[in-house]
Amino acid sequence: MKKRKSISYAKWGYIFLIPFFLVYAVFSFYPLISTFATSFMDITIDQGFISFSGAEEINNGFCGLRNYTEVFTGEIGRSFYNTAVMWLMGFVPQIIISLLLAAWFTDLRLRIKAQGFFKALIYLPNILMASAVSYLFYGLFSQGGGIWTIIKDLTGYEGVLLDSAWGARGIVALINFLLWYGNTTILLMAAIMGVDTSLYESAQIDGANSRHMFWKITMPLIRPILLYVLITSLIGGIQMYDVPTLLANSNGYPGQSLLTLVMQIQNRKDASPGLAAAICIVIFIVTAILGGIIFLATSDRSDRRFKKKSKNAAREAV
Amino acid sequence: MDEVSKARQSTGKGYLRAKRILAYTVLIILIVISLLPFYLLIMNATRGRVQAGVRWYPDVYLLDNIKNLFGPLTTTNYGSVFRALGNSLFVAACTCVLTVYFSALTAYAIHAYDFRFKRAAHTFILLIMMVPTQASAIGFYRFMNDIGLTDTYVPLIVPGIAAPATYFFMIQYMKSSLPLEIIEAARIDGCGEFKTFNRIIIPIMKPAFAVQAIFSFVASWNNFFMPQMILSTKDKYTIPMILAMMRSETRIDYGVINMYIVIAVIPVIIIYLFLSKFIIRGIALGSVKG
Repeated sequence: MKKRKSISYAKWGYIFLIPFFLVYAVFSFYPLISTFATSFMDITIDQGFISFSGAEEINNGFCGLRNYTEVFTGEIGRSFYNTAVMWLMGFVPQIIISLLLAAWFTDLRLRIKAQGFFKALIYLPNILMASAVSYLFYGLFSQGGGIWTIIKDLTGYEGVLLDSAWGARGIVALINFLLWYGNTTILLMAAIMGVDTSLYESAQIDGANSRHMFWKITMPLIRPILLYVLITSLIGGIQMYDVPTLLANSNGYPGQSLLTLVMQIQNRKDASPGLAAAICIVIFIVTAILGGIIFLATSDRSDRRFKKKSKNAAREAV
Repeated sequence: MDEVSKARQSTGKGYLRAKRILAYTVLIILIVISLLPFYLLIMNATRGRVQAGVRWYPDVYLLDNIKNLFGPLTTTNYGSVFRALGNSLFVAACTCVLTVYFSALTAYAIHAYDFRFKRAAHTFILLIMMVPTQASAIGFYRFMNDIGLTDTYVPLIVPGIAAPATYFFMIQYMKSSLPLEIIEAARIDGCGEFKTFNRIIIPIMKPAFAVQAIFSFVASWNNFFMPQMILSTKDKYTIPMILAMMRSETRIDYGVINMYIVIAVIPVIIIYLFLSKFIIRGIALGSVKG
């Protein structure tokens, strides 16, 4: 009786999984395989028709790893560099500020008031349309724009930041910072609040000040979440597209210094699909490795190890 | 209490006060930096077509800008605003419904049933969670081209059915608040499996549905990469694409542009004003394991 029951219900498990796996196979898995295949092909476009539809493709066949070497050299190599630099410029201040805010928000003695209000405000930019925000910043930082004028009035600097490579990259980093620091703060807060408060209490009784408690208890215990934040930010960073496109136009002004990898995919999807596909596969490999690290770090085995480690850390701190 | 400990306590209090002042100052500075651009945006939406310098209080051109935004000049250059809004709304709403419903269904399959590949399916979904759509973009684009789906909304909406991150949230939620006894009870009462999901599970999952509906709606509403890759007819453009089109032109009416940015951003801000508490709770729930 029991056996029959379990057999008849298992069927429903499979049935309910069909939509997800079917759609995944058609819209993600098959495209991934065909991207992989395309990335080894030398495909050019008949110069007569560069237009969107009806462009005639010329497939020059297998070309080995040539597309891949091109990803890391020349113009696309520089886009790789731009992407990495702009990510780093946004991430470093983001993690510092977020850690600071999360530590303050959760400090039992500091008792910051109106936390809900502050959290809601710092998270707000994250849900706004990145392309609209970037377009807004383009206007504000252009010559005669609002923030340009404020900077001029405060410092006397009359240059246009958007016209210099590092100025423009700095603005991209600033936008990414503003869009994401609230999200990171909330994640880190959740992690810090998950730490057993008795650890802090006993540390306090033993005379530890809040700096000790932060570095010796909080930091070791939230390391998995820090790793998660770092990796998800890297994965988000390698997809950077909306912000530089709307800030600098699709050519990455000034002097292609804002061109990112995904902008290159978009710009080359028709003209040189093989090369664009190779960029896709590089992104796939990077994100798969990063995702794998998170997967291993959060799986149960390392969870247990982490708990043991954190107990030791707590003992050391106390 | 002896002198020393008294002194230590008072310096501790002074230190705490200084730290508190520092914390509030940093917070207020950050919030000013975060909100200043949007304040200037709203001010600029009330200004004329040529805008120079900062303006801290509203100008008189708000109604003109609204009129121009919906007027014939903007419509011929960038297509009707209503059309773009409608397109964005249509894509976002459809994606949101599909994502939430099918993610819950997938999570339910793995949470409620015992079958051979259950663990494998779960692990597989977690493994693909971090791989972005960009990783298969060229194959996707060429495949859609081959089967004639470019310049339609299908490639923007249907992939929403397979949303690993939403699945992950749903299964976490089910683990914490969907006891299997409810399903047993429904079975005893003779309720079919599919009906149980639709009539009993979905109402229980309402809070999770609400949070994930907002996230997937906003993600689709803000999405720029995929529509830019797939759509080519101006009439089908979504709002981020219109903004990109405006950005690539030089002769532009700044009043109208700022108005357009306001339109792109305001619906989401309004949703957020009412639901920020749930949204913020949702972020922490979705990503922190446990």
